[in-house]
Amino acid sequence: MTAVQERTWTTVCRFEQLLPGRGVAALLPDGEQVAVFRTEDGLHVLSNHDPFSSAAVLSRGIVGDRGGVPVVVSPVYKQAFELATGRCVDDASVAVTSYPVEVWDGYVRVGSP
Amino acid sequence: MTRTLVVIGNGMVGHHLVRTLTERGGDWRIVVLAEEPRPAYDRVALSSYVDGWDASKLSLAPVDVETRLGDKVVEIDREARKVVTEQGFVTDYDALVLATGSYPFVPPVPGHDLPNCYVYRTIEDLDAIRAHGGVNGVVIGGGLLGLEAANALRLMGVRPQVVELAPRLMPLQIDEGGGALLRREVLRLGLDVHCGVSVASVGEDRVVLSDGSELPADIVVFSAGVRPRDDLARRFGLEVGERGGIVVDAACRTSDESIYAIGECACIDGRVYGLVAPGYAMADVVADQLSGGAKVFPGADTSTKLKLLGVDVASFGDAHAVSPGALEVVHNDPVSGSYKKIVVSDDAGTLLGGVLVGDASSYATLRAYVGRPLPADPGSLIAPAGVANTALPDDAQVCSCHAVTKADIVAAIGTGCADVPSLKVCTKAGTGCGSCVPTLKQLLTSCGVEQSKALCEHFPQSRAELFEIIHATGIRTFSQLVAEHGSGSGCDLCKPVVASILASLNSGHVLEGEQAALQDTNDHFLANLQRNGTYSVVPRIPGGEITPQKLMVIAEVAQDFGLYTKITGGQRIDLFGATVDQLPLIWRRLVDAGFESGHAYGKALRTVKSCVGSTWCRYGVQDSVGLAIELELRYRGLRSPHKLKAGVSGCARECAEARSKDFGVIATEQGWNLYVGGNGGFTPRHADLLVSDVDTETLIRTIDRFVMFYVRTADRLQRTSAWIEAMEGGLDHLRDVIVEDSLGIAAELEKAMAAHVRDYADEWRGVLEDPVKLARFSSFVNAPGVPDPSISFREERGQRVPVQLGIPEVMAR
Repeated sequence: MTAVQERTWTTVCRFEQLLPGRGVAALLPDGEQVAVFRTEDGLHVLSNHDPFSSAAVLSRGIVGDRGGVPVVVSPVYKQAFELATGRCVDDASVAVTSYPVEVWDGYVRVGSP
Repeated sequence: MTRTLVVIGNGMVGHHLVRTLTERGGDWRIVVLAEEPRPAYDRVALSSYVDGWDASKLSLAPVDVETRLGDKVVEIDREARKVVTEQGFVTDYDALVLATGSYPFVPPVPGHDLPNCYVYRTIEDLDAIRAHGGVNGVVIGGGLLGLEAANALRLMGVRPQVVELAPRLMPLQIDEGGGALLRREVLRLGLDVHCGVSVASVGEDRVVLSDGSELPADIVVFSAGVRPRDDLARRFGLEVGERGGIVVDAACRTSDESIYAIGECACIDGRVYGLVAPGYAMADVVADQLSGGAKVFPGADTSTKLKLLGVDVASFGDAHAVSPGALEVVHNDPVSGSYKKIVVSDDAGTLLGGVLVGDASSYATLRAYVGRPLPADPGSLIAPAGVANTALPDDAQVCSCHAVTKADIVAAIGTGCADVPSLKVCTKAGTGCGSCVPTLKQLLTSCGVEQSKALCEHFPQSRAELFEIIHATGIRTFSQLVAEHGSGSGCDLCKPVVASILASLNSGHVLEGEQAALQDTNDHFLANLQRNGTYSVVPRIPGGEITPQKLMVIAEVAQDFGLYTKITGGQRIDLFGATVDQLPLIWRRLVDAGFESGHAYGKALRTVKSCVGSTWCRYGVQDSVGLAIELELRYRGLRSPHKLKAGVSGCARECAEARSKDFGVIATEQGWNLYVGGNGGFTPRHADLLVSDVDTETLIRTIDRFVMFYVRTADRLQRTSAWIEAMEGGLDHLRDVIVEDSLGIAAELEKAMAAHVRDYADEWRGVLEDPVKLARFSSFVNAPGVPDPSISFREERGQRVPVQLGIPEVMAR
């Protein structure tokens, strides 16, 4: 038997509401804030919480790549985080939570981590 | 026992001697007797006095010795070893140094002593020329000093003509070919030059030449050479040269063994040198002799490199090929405005000297080869490609101002100096005249230090190159630009730069279409991000002038939204603590009351600060507030490589601190002075004078050109001061481009600015009128009305301030 992981999904917005190459903030039912990014290679969701400034701002960072790896750069002190994993490119000991995401019937849904 | 040294004369050379001797220590009591009324100053830089009329900028480091200013020596009693001054001061000496310098030669033509005749040698001379003023001027003498005098007159608003007896300009330093090019370049600047004629007479409003022609002249400046001041030596029996100058031996000793002579008053090896470098060398000899050493005069290096009226001129070694058998190799390109000649030995094996006019970039390298075997065949050394520095011998002097050799530079690069600024700090090279900076760059490159100008990993181009590409190709999207001219998907360095360039090129609203994703958070939300994730709001208050009604609107908005309120340094009001969703509500009320974006969030024009000006101030000479408002409204919203600040002061008291701004305007009785390249911040810097006494129309046209040239050619995050410093040719080059239009781009720059002024629209009004843009100002995409729960406030001194968000989990680096 394979263990089935229970996952709760939260619908946050319609896909068209997302600007390519930009993020938005969304509020999960448990009060957690996430940052939802739409890039060329799809959707990514990270915690909105910037561990370097403690401010909830990662959704407002610039999206791009570092050496080909898609990243978002914190608008406060400019550290880069990998969009796919949440790992901090500038400090290997730091990472933010990464969330599953899917488009379902034109709507963006964020899953629990 | 303490011995007494008396130094007569307090010019640069006398000062250098006293300074060198005191630095060596020793037991000399030093007394300086000076005829001039002010402490020693940098006479070589005299022409820069016109830039700001601030004599303190010419000051030399003071030396703590007994100095009597404004008291001339009238008697030397060589028997009793005593000197007596005009005011009756008497002192004994054990050693006496004559450093009396020289005086300007004024040919005894009729009218040479009229009240409109001046010479060009001291600060007092320049003050007098300025006070006299006039429309037309004539400079008699087309040498180095004459051309500097002509330029000074030009900067004072006088139209100068130059009269030179020799058939060419600067006959001492350069040859016929170089002189012809220099003349052509100078004529291009609108300066009239008359060579091969002398002055027959001077009248109150004209100068009559030997060929019978007349030149209008409200003011006449003589700079027809200098003569040594050897009158004291003559009067008290010291030997003087046939053509003047106090005769000294290789130890700089006169015919009296306790008396020395140094600098322009001395005749050494039968020659009198009118340059400061040989004078310093003589002072070093005497300092060594007086300290018990046996140093002798090493011979003079009369190499010079300077920029005259925007034209580079250099002369080194045997420039006139007087060495027996010397050969001349010439490369003359009148099209690109470059004349180069090198003088080589009869076997073409050794470099003896040379002349460079127009393009003196190879001066530092070539000069280092004088007296050495040539590194390549002579023709290739002056070919446009130039000469590589890897071939320079290790002991070749790269920086002659601070005697730094190639080996010193290479060693510094080896210890980690990776760019020119760090080499300057490490070795002092390049901090004197700056002519070796190109050589420093080449040495860095030849040592394998990459001088990358790439903007980031996605674009190998610099910001200026990207600007040109976008401008020329008409590409208006980031995706097309990065696909065709870069790689990858961009980053936080290149995206805002491209957004800024697009904005500078009038590409509509900064949040329109794809542009919105390129903006950093400040430009994306048109507000300034603060440490707790909230934003601050700064409405534009042009020139700092505001009505009580508008002040009340700001007060009500601040009160209703609970915003912390503070006056900024730029004479406006900053409202802190707004959340993303509050920004449109705040701006709705501000825009309705007639406010518009202050662009405090952008790399753009911030404010034009002003003093209260002639409307109210008892001392103001112009309406500084009126001009500040006009300038702020003209340049508002213009995106630039970095923030741009400006100021306007209504008089020379400078209450608006305009010289600490990127461009600062100071009122004069006649109009306005424009200063550029100032800033506060990490490395404060005063702005430099670009033009003076211009009318408002000329002023605005000049600022238009300056700002647009900066927007187009500066690097990312490069303030105007660093931009000018990094510019080859510096302020002179900038003035050529902006004022003289040497690149022929002035009309285009003005056109670009006119388009900016025409197309300006308030960014916040643009957001409020567009539901799509407005929708982005929400806290959460799925809960627009819910405020960010991580933000909270406490009260301090009666206002709301952020509650610190706990200690960050990790420390910011």
